[in-house]
Amino acid sequence: MRNAINCDIKIKHLTRVEGHGNIRILIKDGQVKKASWDVVETPRFFEAILVGKQWENAPVLCGRICGICSIGHTLASIRATEKAFGMVPSMQTERLRLLLKHMETLQSHILHLYFLIAPDFLGADSAIELIKTHTEEIQRAARLKLLANDGGDLVGGRRLHPIRTVVGGFTMLPDRRKLATLRQRLYAALPDLNKTADLFGSFTIPDFFRETEFVSLQANGSYPFIGGQLMSSDGVVKEEEDYLAMTNEYMVDHSTSKWSKLSRKSMAVGALARVNNNFTALHPSAREIAGQLGLQPISYNPFMNNFAQLVECVHVVQDSILLIDELLGSDWQESRQQVIPIAGHGTGAVEVPRGILYHWYQFDGDGRITKADCVIPTSQNNGNIHHDIKAMVQELADQGKTDHEIRLLAEMLVRAYDPCISCSVH
Amino acid sequence: MQKIRTYLGIEIKYPKTAFFELSSCEGCQLQILNKEATLLNFLDLVEIVNFREVMSNRSNDYEIAFVEGSVTRADEVTQLLEIRQQAKTLVALGSCACFGGVNQLKNRFQNLEWVKKEVYGNHPIETQEVRPLSDFVTVDFSIYGCPVKKEEVEEIVTNLVLGKSIEHPRYPVCMECTANGNICLFNLGEPCLGPVTRAGCDAWCPNNRMGCWGCRGPADDANLRQLQKIMDDHNIPRQAMFDRLECFGGFTSAMKEMDR
Repeated sequence: MRNAINCDIKIKHLTRVEGHGNIRILIKDGQVKKASWDVVETPRFFEAILVGKQWENAPVLCGRICGICSIGHTLASIRATEKAFGMVPSMQTERLRLLLKHMETLQSHILHLYFLIAPDFLGADSAIELIKTHTEEIQRAARLKLLANDGGDLVGGRRLHPIRTVVGGFTMLPDRRKLATLRQRLYAALPDLNKTADLFGSFTIPDFFRETEFVSLQANGSYPFIGGQLMSSDGVVKEEEDYLAMTNEYMVDHSTSKWSKLSRKSMAVGALARVNNNFTALHPSAREIAGQLGLQPISYNPFMNNFAQLVECVHVVQDSILLIDELLGSDWQESRQQVIPIAGHGTGAVEVPRGILYHWYQFDGDGRITKADCVIPTSQNNGNIHHDIKAMVQELADQGKTDHEIRLLAEMLVRAYDPCISCSVH
Repeated sequence: MQKIRTYLGIEIKYPKTAFFELSSCEGCQLQILNKEATLLNFLDLVEIVNFREVMSNRSNDYEIAFVEGSVTRADEVTQLLEIRQQAKTLVALGSCACFGGVNQLKNRFQNLEWVKKEVYGNHPIETQEVRPLSDFVTVDFSIYGCPVKKEEVEEIVTNLVLGKSIEHPRYPVCMECTANGNICLFNLGEPCLGPVTRAGCDAWCPNNRMGCWGCRGPADDANLRQLQKIMDDHNIPRQAMFDRLECFGGFTSAMKEMDR
């Protein structure tokens, strides 16, 4: 019989994630005494900041909740405001917003896969170290990221904290010739994504499973990103406006971020939740990559979230090509509709890279915000991360793993969720 | 890294550089990773020894510290003082670090208890009035913007490495916008802080037909009363101007002299 292990791990401010979170693990005589995910990020109080502000401030301010998914926050903010005012975006605006959303998904997933995750599997400290040892791979990552960011600049005016996106539509429309060039570059990126799949397919994904509930938007003909019904893998279906019944936020002592749950003690959102819940709505070539990577719904291995992101990269590139074809197939219409504020409230649900995001605002008759609520993907994942760590660490303790292995796997587990911690505390 | 580089015959060192973040969206650090075409050359300018968002190893032996974010909790004051003690050069990265950024909008209620309750109910949470870095430590250089512009960061870092001086434009965004041949947004009825905001962003927002929100703070000799007159002449609601002026914290003291 193996010796029962003892280990005491304190990770302060986990690296290669956005924001500040700690991992604490204490094992005595093979028994897990403590295994915990603690969010220590400083809160910025966006929901209070919004109170009293005119409607036009909301997307500008809320985009600043997050540096990685600012496009998603901006779009959720705009959707909540437009719904409160009873506005329906034009088909052209919807297409442009989705194209912009796709550029963010691609940018964020590539950043996560190559810069934050790959170093763990390649035994490196950071992507900076990989520049020397894996030059081709890092150049490929830079190429894909550049493409997505250029697309973001073209449609949103800026990749980070977009400029052209406003309530009612866009301040300016993209140059049609540049859209055609973007289409060509997206097409040319497909071989790079195949090579990415080859690379990630060569990594050994830790063998860990824990059943949980996956929450996402529900497909309605297409793989969903902006608005629509909400669903869970346990069979819960709600309207967008009933988001509170899906999120059930609560506070725990060891976290400045709120936590969420639905039918079980924790739930998961993000690429894996979306792929699990809406697999058949993915583009056929995205499903093909999923097959190649051994990702079949429903997968309960949280490390599979990395592969699910890669599958989504293929989907968004293919879908962006279709969207550009549709945009170039018709003449430009008016870029922006007039906004007439009315008293009321609205919810905007958007699938951002790390999962489903909700913004809810209430307005008075002058279009001033009287109350606001933002529910962030990572706050919905925090409980799941915490319970995954507990379950995995007990398994590792039973297998008699070393401190070093337990520490690395716990870090990799949290990174697999691609947490956006400052966002979750906002 | 033991390469030898020279500039005008003089050897240049690879300064050990660290990145830190206080309360922020970490977007300015993300901008450092953007502009992929020159990223690898940029990373070769310095020796990065601490950048939590992208690397695991961390060293407290550094000469240049970039600090993103504003100060909103006591532990951030301690961290900032430690960074100041170690760094030969401390750079405030982005509007949160320079002015408090959007975070400082919570100060306007002058009621921290209400702010806490609005978001966390009765759950205890620690926070304080949002302050820029310069309220606690000497800041050697400021890089303005929300987000910072990568071209400007590249230029400033290059100058730092070469020991050249760093100067910000003294003139306003309006001049860059005019030089770019944009339609004046006032003529379209859009509020814009271009006439009073420090240039250097190449009129990023007005180029995209969005009025300036003042994220870079005031230009030298910014004339807010004249701005108000322009806005009034174009029938732009005062509220729209004040919303922008207070958005990033750069105009806080200049605004005290204005009539609401």
